[in-house]
Amino acid sequence: MIELRGITKRYSIGGSLVEVLSSIDLEIKKGESVSIMGPSGSGKSTLMNIIGCLDKPTEGAYTLGGIRVDSMDEDALARARNLNIGFVFQSFNLLARHTAVENVELPLFYAGVNDSESLAKAALKEVGLEHRMNHKPNELSGGERQRVAIARAIVLNPPIILADEPTGNLDSRTGKEIMALFDGLHSKGTTLVLVTHDPNVAAFAQRAINIKDGKVVI
Amino acid sequence: MLFYQIIRTAFRGIIANKMRTSLTMLGIIIGVGAIIAMLSLGEGAKRQVMESMSRFGTNVLRIRPGAAMLGHVRTGRVETLTMGDAEALRASVPGIKRLSPVVGSSTQVKYSNRNATTLVTGTTPEFIEINNFQVAEGHFFDQPDIKLVRRVAAIGATVRKELFGEGPAVGEEVKIEGQTFTVIAVMAAKGQSTFSDPDDQIFIPVTTSQRRVFFQDYVNDINIQVEDASFIPAVKEGIESVLRARHRIAPGVESDFTIRDFTEIMRAMQETTQTFTVLLSGIAAVSLLVGGIGVMNIMLVSVTERTREIGIRMAVGARRKDILRQFLIEALAITITGGVIGIGVGASIAALLSRFGEWQTVITFWSIALGFCFSGLVGLVFGIYPARKASLMDPIEALRYE
Repeated sequence: MIELRGITKRYSIGGSLVEVLSSIDLEIKKGESVSIMGPSGSGKSTLMNIIGCLDKPTEGAYTLGGIRVDSMDEDALARARNLNIGFVFQSFNLLARHTAVENVELPLFYAGVNDSESLAKAALKEVGLEHRMNHKPNELSGGERQRVAIARAIVLNPPIILADEPTGNLDSRTGKEIMALFDGLHSKGTTLVLVTHDPNVAAFAQRAINIKDGKVVI
Repeated sequence: MLFYQIIRTAFRGIIANKMRTSLTMLGIIIGVGAIIAMLSLGEGAKRQVMESMSRFGTNVLRIRPGAAMLGHVRTGRVETLTMGDAEALRASVPGIKRLSPVVGSSTQVKYSNRNATTLVTGTTPEFIEINNFQVAEGHFFDQPDIKLVRRVAAIGATVRKELFGEGPAVGEEVKIEGQTFTVIAVMAAKGQSTFSDPDDQIFIPVTTSQRRVFFQDYVNDINIQVEDASFIPAVKEGIESVLRARHRIAPGVESDFTIRDFTEIMRAMQETTQTFTVLLSGIAAVSLLVGGIGVMNIMLVSVTERTREIGIRMAVGARRKDILRQFLIEALAITITGGVIGIGVGASIAALLSRFGEWQTVITFWSIALGFCFSGLVGLVFGIYPARKASLMDPIEALRYE
């Protein structure tokens, strides 16, 4: 599903070139659940951005579902994000002025789906939020917000869910509920990539990948 | 993204900041309002000139007895102009195309048991050509009728209606001041004007008017049509010198007649309108520019405020052009809403100018279309930069923005 070969990312910061990722080789199979762990500054966020098609590698080949991503133009990358990847962020990243349903409808708009409302409602039902569909994010609890974000991530049935510290802003009980949701998604065949520095979260995944100083360490 | 969703998103952005958006809109409202008012004023002036031309005729001078009007009171004697004066003018002032004396007054006209008070105008056939009258039925009287002092009449459309209703008029006999006249023509209606009804009038030969109806030697009015607008000043001078000589008016003494120049009145009217139009287009241009800058400013603020939203939209699949379109349409929604309100405001200003000013205003479809297009254009021109800035954001940076 996800295949990284010799992925290198360099940034120029203040005139000097910094290598954030150096020659990473990584393979994640369809239906696998993987955690990417590492201390802050290890390059795991950059790796997540590249896997999530938000960023392009400086060097190396990235193949997503059999298609080379590193040579795609920006419109194609946007489409790849839209259809192949569901993002779940630590800080939820919901649109404040929009209701839960409208937030979940967002990927459907950009996919050009006509019947977006019923699909969005179905996704919210799947995460157990059918009773809070017309609430705005500030009327929802942290756990509920993350459920809305998960509903938004799964509404187009993407093969991959990419979660960046999904429980980082939640208490441990709510965090467990959210992780149970991810478990459910994984058992239905979704490929799950969890970026975290929390060993308890990483333990949910079948496999842990550790990143340190831009390299995969075993 | 579907069209209605784009529009809904745009208006949501606007509604979220009502105060800010309405202040921004104000510039566009004033600008478009000024455009609409300006165009309706220009169009009104054009119609007014055309209307005046058809009513008064083109290049027409009117000589009336008595000195200039003082307020609404005509000073001096009213019996100073004669048929001799008219003939002398025709013979010795070059540049005169047509000339017709008028002897007339308002009086009662009878037909069987009906009567009507109307203006009886004793004149010559040239009068109808100078003043753009058309004959609807029958034939207007001619030189032999004048020479033979015949009692024939051409009646205006209003008079015809009052006296004859729907019945036949030509060939019937009417009584004016006890004299029996045969109706030989009915004039085509010119339509009510602001000041008077030109159709409420009966034309009779000038000689008949002098000798059989009003019993006066003098004439009330001499209408002159000049060959060309450029001759008007020379012709006025010619009339002045010929009449002053004939009336033996010493140099330095005021004339006992007045020349009214409708072309001049119209030109003065046009000039006022022109000044006002220039003023309004200045207001329109400046406020559209300032309004546009305001829109750009508020859109830049909005883009910065919503950096994170842009990042989120990009993460879930928005392409750069989707973001560009969203913010451009939001700018357009502001300016076009402002434009529509501006059209209403402009139309109200035009209505007020008509009611309380001396200007005539006409709102055309084209002025509304132009106002609408201008508001859209301002939205495009000043909205493109903020929208481009939004679309060029780096999704990673945007997602990180606090």
